[in-house]
Amino acid sequence: MKDEHLLWRIAATFASLSLVSVGGLPAVLPEMHRQIVNVLGWMDDTTFTSLFAIAQAAPGPNMLVSSLIGWKVSGFAGLGIATAAVILPPAVLALVIGRILKDLGNAPWIGLAKEGLTPVAIGFFLAGGFVMSRAANHNWTAEAITAASALFVFLTDQNPFWALAGAAALRLALGG
Amino acid sequence: MARLIEVSSKHPIAPHVGLRELARGFLKIGLFGFGGVGPMSRYVIVEDRKWMSEKEYATVLGIGQILPGGNVLNAAVIIGDLARGPAGALTALAALLAMPLAIVIALALVYARFDTVPQVATAIGGCASAAAGLVIGTSCKMAWRIRPGAVPVVFGLLAFLTVGPLRLSLIPCVLILIPLSIAGVWLRHRYER
Repeated sequence: MKDEHLLWRIAATFASLSLVSVGGLPAVLPEMHRQIVNVLGWMDDTTFTSLFAIAQAAPGPNMLVSSLIGWKVSGFAGLGIATAAVILPPAVLALVIGRILKDLGNAPWIGLAKEGLTPVAIGFFLAGGFVMSRAANHNWTAEAITAASALFVFLTDQNPFWALAGAAALRLALGG
Repeated sequence: MARLIEVSSKHPIAPHVGLRELARGFLKIGLFGFGGVGPMSRYVIVEDRKWMSEKEYATVLGIGQILPGGNVLNAAVIIGDLARGPAGALTALAALLAMPLAIVIALALVYARFDTVPQVATAIGGCASAAAGLVIGTSCKMAWRIRPGAVPVVFGLLAFLTVGPLRLSLIPCVLILIPLSIAGVWLRHRYER
């Protein structure tokens, strides 16, 4: 594929993902994985899950996994395009909708919309975790690490960074 | 007329919040937002720099949550716009992203340099398993906190099954499940009154 076509493809992929990211990035993880690994074949499971892990280990909005994927596919041009494509469409929408809402009267439907969206978004988030675990785990040690880190965030309010660091240390100690 | 948003009051945001102040606040949020920028954002905006009240921030974040995209990114755009118009929105967004983007690029370069080292691949493999667990644990925690009734649980499970194990495309699932779920909530409120 010619470079220019590739960059357009990156832009179109991330822009469309950004507009269905209900409640945030985790909701689009299954679709992002499906598109990038299965449909477009830009990388394998290991690379995709590694980039996601790196993005999780960095501070800031988790949307930035898109930047890493863009970078892996097409270097710094890919990074810039992917970042802009995933950030700008929702930003423009927020600007426009934010202004419209300011001028409306009391609209109870905001509360209704949020109440209806939340359970669906949580279901998509859980699907994101499920798809990532299927892509990342190839043995029982890996499954145990996923389970332990899920329990870690569920039961404690500690910084999730420790789960990532602990998992890396454990795998190194076990030698693979 | 009752106002939808408290921020449409005369002083939605402290008057001293200029472009430089926006940049400084959102740089801080981006830099210290390990594991998601949500908690840090509320702390900086409401407590640390006192741009808005708790209630005003909650309203803006609520709008951010029903729009696609990152909640805090959306809130940053709206808050930047409230303070200084589109230039403020752009400043807030750029400042929020600057540090995390720099760190992600640095990590990417380190990863590119060392990803052939077996130990690095092993460690990152462990992180990937843990990262999947973080998403699963966070989703369960959110579900636990809202203590949903039977109908929301059904919608949550449908959302999980369709794009998770069944691997259906997200877009049709969003377009079908979300309107139905909102309609369900609306009907329930209507008949409970």
